Amino acid sequence: MIDRRTRRHLVSRVMTGTTVVAAVAAVLPLFLILAYLVLKGFSSINWAFFVETPAAPGSTGGGVSNAIVGSAMVVGVGTLIGVPLGVGAGVYLAEYGGTGRMAQMVRFVADVLNGTPSIVVGVFVWTWMVKPMGHFSALAGSVALAVLMIPMVTRTTEEMLRLVPGSLREAALALGYSRWRASLGIVVRTALPGVVTGALIAVARIAGETAPLLFTTLGNLNFKTDLLQPMQTLSLQVFVYATGPFPEWHRLAWGVALVLVVLVLLTNIAARYATRSGRATGR
Amino acid sequence: MLGLFLQLVVSAWPAIRAFGAGFLFSSTWDPVRDVYGAAPMIYGTVVSSVLALLLAVPLAVGVAIFLTEFAPGWMRGPIGALVELLAAIPSVVYGLWGIFVLLPALREFVVPPLQATLGWLPLFSGTFRGNSMLAAGIILAVMIVPYISAVAREVLLAVPKHQREAALALGATRWEMVWTAVLPYGRAGITGAIVLGLGRALGETMAVTMVVGNRHALSLSLLEPGYSMAAAIANEFTEATTAMHIAALFEIGLVLFVMTVLVNAVARLLVWRVTGGTPAGSRG
Repeated sequence: MIDRRTRRHLVSRVMTGTTVVAAVAAVLPLFLILAYLVLKGFSSINWAFFVETPAAPGSTGGGVSNAIVGSAMVVGVGTLIGVPLGVGAGVYLAEYGGTGRMAQMVRFVADVLNGTPSIVVGVFVWTWMVKPMGHFSALAGSVALAVLMIPMVTRTTEEMLRLVPGSLREAALALGYSRWRASLGIVVRTALPGVVTGALIAVARIAGETAPLLFTTLGNLNFKTDLLQPMQTLSLQVFVYATGPFPEWHRLAWGVALVLVVLVLLTNIAARYATRSGRATGR
Repeated sequence: MLGLFLQLVVSAWPAIRAFGAGFLFSSTWDPVRDVYGAAPMIYGTVVSSVLALLLAVPLAVGVAIFLTEFAPGWMRGPIGALVELLAAIPSVVYGLWGIFVLLPALREFVVPPLQATLGWLPLFSGTFRGNSMLAAGIILAVMIVPYISAVAREVLLAVPKHQREAALALGATRWEMVWTAVLPYGRAGITGAIVLGLGRALGETMAVTMVVGNRHALSLSLLEPGYSMAAAIANEFTEATTAMHIAALFEIGLVLFVMTVLVNAVARLLVWRVTGGTPAGSRG
């Protein structure tokens, strides 16, 4: 029988070890997924992959230029709608709403909307835009992405603006700035790196969204730039190719997924970098 | 949000009126005869999410404890960042990985021994073809670990330092300090983090659609294909031809929405109680 003291220290060691194992097990999937993406995806990426449109089903070759342009447009328009609204709501919460009932409501709704399944947002936008218009369109997809983006941007913007010292605000007001000029010109400008980070992370998140696009943007095998028509995106292309019956499609799916993940991770890393470089001047 | 709710109710109304509460308990789904019941999807969503929680919670809480209590300072940042990057990978990519890596691995290495030893349990009966509730649960677990651990970490960081110092001063080992002083203090917040993970798992669409099998049937076995609410909407919405089919899918959307809103509201209140109003985990 080992004595109590030894046993207690043994338990402590064992549990520490267990948490280390947990940390390794949690990070492992990231490496596994990245490794498979690079192994299987890299070989299918070549010049044609970026500039050609998909080949006929079953045949080899072809590219995904339509999905690359489509993703850029759908996400771009979604960002143009989502960021101003999100930042605006964030400014309201931080500068004007305070702890009033209205602001608390907005905050709670934003948090709950943040957890709403993206597919439900897709269904919602379908009734809102696709049904009245009578056909699927890239614009409807952008709106769905914007709806997903707004609560994320709102909350990070508010958080960042709160970090700006009150003395800056007061100094601006004391110099005779009007309230909105103090908010936009001084407070938002000071917190800009943080706000940009929040927006970029939101962009990275919506760029990978597939579910809300299934019945708004729909997907399209042809090269299209008309926002009012169905369009292909990278995420939809991965889904179609991965669940399709052709080995050639599976090969391409890994390539498209690799491009998508690289874009998303780069955006994320850029977002983190924006705050880091801004910290010296910002706060 | 209320608008969203009303919109869903209005669109689902034909189905609500036609099938009443039976919609939630019937397992018939027959677009030809226009008769719909969502029991298999509701069951599938709940079972795959609970399975994911069972797998993910010990892991995620372990990571959070490691990062706040045990890890040397230089390790905390990078590992935290890696776990967060895991949350940034699009779900459709998880699905792709699930189809071509996880399913074959399960078929080769995991399921045969599982069935050999536990095959007598109804949970592990039936033939395994790949697409299954088990696969969906595992993929979901991988996806929600980052969410749970990020929030749990923030909760643990909010535990005051003197709690830890007091425990150590009383002669506790480091693990006893975590177990008796840190975890009880953050209990509500960690529960909140877990419920938040549950909310994510319930609504996750793409990865589940790609590995769950998409079959309208109730089966106790985890190894057989099932269905989830989100997957049903994703698969059938563009193909639904009758108005009643669309309405039934809307009602599924409504059920899903109500479930996730409730789950998220509970989670939010629990986390807020500990971290004091900061939006922990509200960033993607």
